[in-house]
Amino acid sequence: MGIKKQFTDGLIHQNPVTVQLLGMCSVLAITTTLFNGIGMGLSVLIILTLANIVISLIRKVVPGKIRIACYIVVIAGFVTIVDLALKAYLPALSKSLGLFIPLIVVNCIILGRAESFASKNGVVRSALDGIFQGLGYTIILVVMCIIREFLGNGTIAGGFSFINDGDGIRILPESWPALGMILPVGGFLTLAVIIAAMQHFLRPKKKAAEKEEVAE
Amino acid sequence: MSFTSLLAIALGAVLANNFVFAQFLGICPFMGVSRRVETASGMGMAVIFVMGVASAVCWPINHFILEPNNLGFMQTVAYILIIAGLVQFIEMFLQKSMPSLYEALGIYLPLITTNCAVLGVVLQNTTSSYNFIESVVYGVTGGIGFLLAIVLFASVRERQEFSECPKAFEGFPIALVTAGLIALAFMGFSGLKIW
Repeated sequence: MGIKKQFTDGLIHQNPVTVQLLGMCSVLAITTTLFNGIGMGLSVLIILTLANIVISLIRKVVPGKIRIACYIVVIAGFVTIVDLALKAYLPALSKSLGLFIPLIVVNCIILGRAESFASKNGVVRSALDGIFQGLGYTIILVVMCIIREFLGNGTIAGGFSFINDGDGIRILPESWPALGMILPVGGFLTLAVIIAAMQHFLRPKKKAAEKEEVAE
Repeated sequence: MSFTSLLAIALGAVLANNFVFAQFLGICPFMGVSRRVETASGMGMAVIFVMGVASAVCWPINHFILEPNNLGFMQTVAYILIIAGLVQFIEMFLQKSMPSLYEALGIYLPLITTNCAVLGVVLQNTTSSYNFIESVVYGVTGGIGFLLAIVLFASVRERQEFSECPKAFEGFPIALVTAGLIALAFMGFSGLKIW
């Protein structure tokens, strides 16, 4: 398995969110502004890569029976580091993500990759796996954020303090957007449509490919 | 602290701020074990139990050990270790003393360690600085909210298996749409106020 395959697997064919169906909570909860999405995605990418490297290094030392507990301690350590760093340098992000930064500890993507990849492979490949899987996660977050923010708030790129004081670029007039899209309902529906679209396009192609309109 | 404030916490945790539909905590087990109503209710029971006990154990640890020693930043690490140990301990305890309950909860107990609702409830108890009784009430009622959500969802999903849906939506996406519609219904509770 080459680097290229690892790359496409992480982003598309084995995408952690839409194919492996891991780490749903954060994907649904925080994708209301682009700022949140990118911040969360990069935090997970960093933690996943570092945790993968360390777990790959200690994989031969840790006894099999208590490996899960050891992995959780490693992950929790990195999550705490990122949590404290965000509090110190990006307090706005830390405030808007709130509970979901410490909750990265129990994000199944990280434990899942530790168990299924990093505990069986070398350091370099585990690090690459962390980066690519993290990118796959970030991309889904960003897509969700753009859709939900546009339909639910009528803006794009909201939350960044240097763009319009965090209000983002307004595309739709203020009375147009459907508020439901940034409420929990919108999260569930947007993710459903994204996964349905992925299933539709990744399915082995048939001769008479029926063209279904994936209605929003 | 009065009875009304406890009632407000309880009603909020079950309905208005339901863990699954309003706060998006515990989505993985919610999606994973909701194919049958029996398994769903088994999981729900186990979650109520663990959330209650975890709230009760983590409060004194935070209050008497972490905070006096300025170790507040170790919360996440401490809590996850406590929860993991607790789940293991409860599993062994039930196996010895209550085999029937152990059989009923079975495989769901170990899964709960990675249920973000449990870590979530403990962290929320800390950030909203609840006292001991409030923490336990919030933990147990949060679990009840999870049970309500997962049983409602499982009973819809059981029927859904026999109905047709567009090919691309088969499986997971249609389940998400269902969850979205239930979440819409739960939004009706968001204006609920207790005087």
